[in-house]
Amino acid sequence: MAQLDSKIPPGPLADKWRRHKADMKLVNPANKRKYELIVVGAGLAGASAAATLAELGYQVKNFVFHDSPRRAHSIAAQGGINAAKNYQNDGDSVHRLFYDTIKGGDYRSREANVHRLAEVSVNIIDQCAAQGVPFAREYGGLLANRSFGGAQVSRTFYARGQTGQQLLLGAYSALSRMVGAGGVQLFTQSEMLDLVVVGGQARGIIVRDLVTGGISRHAADAVILATGGYGNVFNLSTYARGSNATAIWRAYKRGACLANPCYTQIHPTCIPVTGDYQSKLTLMSESLRNDGRIWVPKKKEDRLKSPAEVPEADRDYYLERMYPSFGNLAPRDIASRAAKRVCDEGRGAGESGLGVYLDFGDAIKRLGEAGVRERYGNLFDIYHEITNESAYQTPMRIYPAVHYTMGGLWVDYNLMSNLPGLFVLGEANFSDHGANRLGASALMQGLADGYFVIPYTIGDYLATQKPGSRPSTDAPEFKQAEENVRGLVARLLAIKGREPVSHFHKRLGKIMWELCGMARTKAGLEKALKEIPALRGEFWQNVNVPGAGGTLNQSLESAGRVADFLELGELLCLDALEREESCGGHFREEHQYPDGECKRDDEKFAHVAAWEFQGEGKKPLRNTEPLNYEAVKMSVRNYK
Amino acid sequence: MENSKKNISVTLRVWRQPGPSQPGKFVDYQAKDLNPNMSFLEMLDVVNDGLAGKGEEPIAFAHDCREGICGTCSLVINGKPHGPHRGVASCQTYLRSFNDGDVIVVEPFCAHPFPVVKDLVTDRSAFDKIMQAGGFITARTGSAPDANAIPVPKDAADLAMDAAQCIGCGACVAACKNASAMLFVAAKVSHLGLMPQGQAERDRRVLAMVQTMDGLGFGNCTNQYECSAACPKLISHDFIARMNRDYLGATFRAAFKPTPAGAGGGAG
Repeated sequence: MAQLDSKIPPGPLADKWRRHKADMKLVNPANKRKYELIVVGAGLAGASAAATLAELGYQVKNFVFHDSPRRAHSIAAQGGINAAKNYQNDGDSVHRLFYDTIKGGDYRSREANVHRLAEVSVNIIDQCAAQGVPFAREYGGLLANRSFGGAQVSRTFYARGQTGQQLLLGAYSALSRMVGAGGVQLFTQSEMLDLVVVGGQARGIIVRDLVTGGISRHAADAVILATGGYGNVFNLSTYARGSNATAIWRAYKRGACLANPCYTQIHPTCIPVTGDYQSKLTLMSESLRNDGRIWVPKKKEDRLKSPAEVPEADRDYYLERMYPSFGNLAPRDIASRAAKRVCDEGRGAGESGLGVYLDFGDAIKRLGEAGVRERYGNLFDIYHEITNESAYQTPMRIYPAVHYTMGGLWVDYNLMSNLPGLFVLGEANFSDHGANRLGASALMQGLADGYFVIPYTIGDYLATQKPGSRPSTDAPEFKQAEENVRGLVARLLAIKGREPVSHFHKRLGKIMWELCGMARTKAGLEKALKEIPALRGEFWQNVNVPGAGGTLNQSLESAGRVADFLELGELLCLDALEREESCGGHFREEHQYPDGECKRDDEKFAHVAAWEFQGEGKKPLRNTEPLNYEAVKMSVRNYK
Repeated sequence: MENSKKNISVTLRVWRQPGPSQPGKFVDYQAKDLNPNMSFLEMLDVVNDGLAGKGEEPIAFAHDCREGICGTCSLVINGKPHGPHRGVASCQTYLRSFNDGDVIVVEPFCAHPFPVVKDLVTDRSAFDKIMQAGGFITARTGSAPDANAIPVPKDAADLAMDAAQCIGCGACVAACKNASAMLFVAAKVSHLGLMPQGQAERDRRVLAMVQTMDGLGFGNCTNQYECSAACPKLISHDFIARMNRDYLGATFRAAFKPTPAGAGGGAG
């Protein structure tokens, strides 16, 4: 049974991090170069961590499965990054950002972690500006802000609708500098397929070279996973096709607990599904909801009319109606469920009836087309490319889609897993967002973890590890892990069944979306818990992975990732079934208020569910970490 | 409002190459009954599933985000990097742009510094090497001043953002008859050179990046501007002019740098 010690420092909330930094052990500058650290992933969290740790003097090995670190999916984030600078003079503060995030997470995150996140948010903007990130500016040369969901202050910094791109490129530049300087050894097209545990500590990884198929062993004093989220378990999502859960899933099988997998985020404004061949659902940034107004016709019979034919009086601006204080900027889970509700009532737009309007008519009247273009230009272009429609002329049609996962590997206050020596950063970990993430905070968390948390907390761990004590890659545990990986690859290639990998991924995605999506029921989840293992059985009997392993083989790569999703999906549904309440992105129809809002059960479920692998085919163990709120009073999450 | 038309069938003439040092050739594939709302890459997915079903090797092609921002996808479609439309990446090219019965030639982004890995996948790590030589502002984490301490004129920030949009796909190189990387390098040099924070290293950056670019085998620029025409982010070749000025200035200043104390064998 895993020991879950959050290691939250004592003392008043606002002092915890400051005091912790003073209390943590340090590694002497001359000793830092004796430690080797592995960082898997180079998105915002991974690149910032690898660069910063190398700057500090550690020897860093950075592994990415892409052909370049700049391909990480952080690049696609659009709308912005939050920070408690209060440049807008509208009442923001570290405390308010902290409170908004806790409330936004539906009181299911760790207070201390969230407060730290709010504290370091200000440093992140400073760091990015210093790197030359071209944030939007006002005419006087100072930084501009816009508002985002779940907040009543304008605290979001942005670079057009490409903020993720610019932040990632800033971190990639910092990483590139350290690669050029020799501080980071970069391994591209290298996928981690197993974690190596020696003496109860994470001490290395097994890697497959995606071009040659070569399998290699790498030892380290600590392993950091920054491998992103698992949203592609739903197949259709706003993630990149390559986004996967393999690194965290293999770590889970080696003993790292996976927390709250059922907390998945569905983003309300994405381009809807139009066909069976569709490979992704493209995000339309939440920032659009600053100026766009969401509506559906009041009458079902107006559904198929063109929007221009529906007079103003017949339009139901339902978010403004249901949530007057937040209106169109209601948090994502609430906005998504509201969209589903109106579509289930038969008032959805478009042929499929699964769509709502995001209308810029009023904004264009107010700001002019040029004004709207300046704020959102590239987003309107993306919309046009995909749908062949101009949102300057007719409202966008959007629908919710899977976008982010708040669940992930369990970590303590130092971002270390219950498995010593394994650290987890960014979306791959579970800690800061609770049951729902606010917009513009993923970018914030990734960079907070990589720039300002792990560089401090890893020193505290390494100071307990004698320099030079990392095992050799000849150790039996490395041999065993390598054999495990070779065996898995060989198994996948040997089946040569009748259906391609995509066939199984699509079917899994359908089960997950229909039975474990925006609204979950006991019956639906139990059904999923039967269908997924059956599908998995079919996969291992009938999947066709063409070609061989000693070459670039994209089907093989995909097969391994889908095999992991076929297991993770089951755990996700199990977590959703056991959590008999509704909170944030986890909505159980059996647990709601008469007005359709989430009904939490704080008495029974104010805890983190951290699942522990018990062996193949065995039910995992559900460990819990109680969540104690000292500073914030838990209340019904109200955005009306 | 509905943008679907009748389904179409096309012939794909695809470059197949089993490995970097093996000869390649064009192979024809019939792609039948396609929904015109499909993206080019979704068509390749469907073709690949069909090939796998017949026991044939699927076509290897690079892709990831499928929304035109990661720079991974890199197809030359009918002779144009990223296909027929300006300002979109391969993944944002839809079958609406083609007609029933078309023959579509699909090739990788070829250049001497972009060797073919397999089929349509090339190795663009040369771009990372250029960035490692100077595509950054040296700012140790934690040492930054308050973000508003250095005002950035809005015009400079906007222009820097125009340059910073580069997705590192290499279409500029693929489009250029000389396989020059000037647009790619100019985009980063301009982005950082326009920001006040980038001034301290401005000379060092442009010299190092251009030198590295030349050393990797990219060709020289002859001002044809095929690069900006092919760029999925519509990056302007004006940035090449800007970089040329920067480079000239940096070279000039480097030639007249004062010699450091002690270098001439003096005291100390």
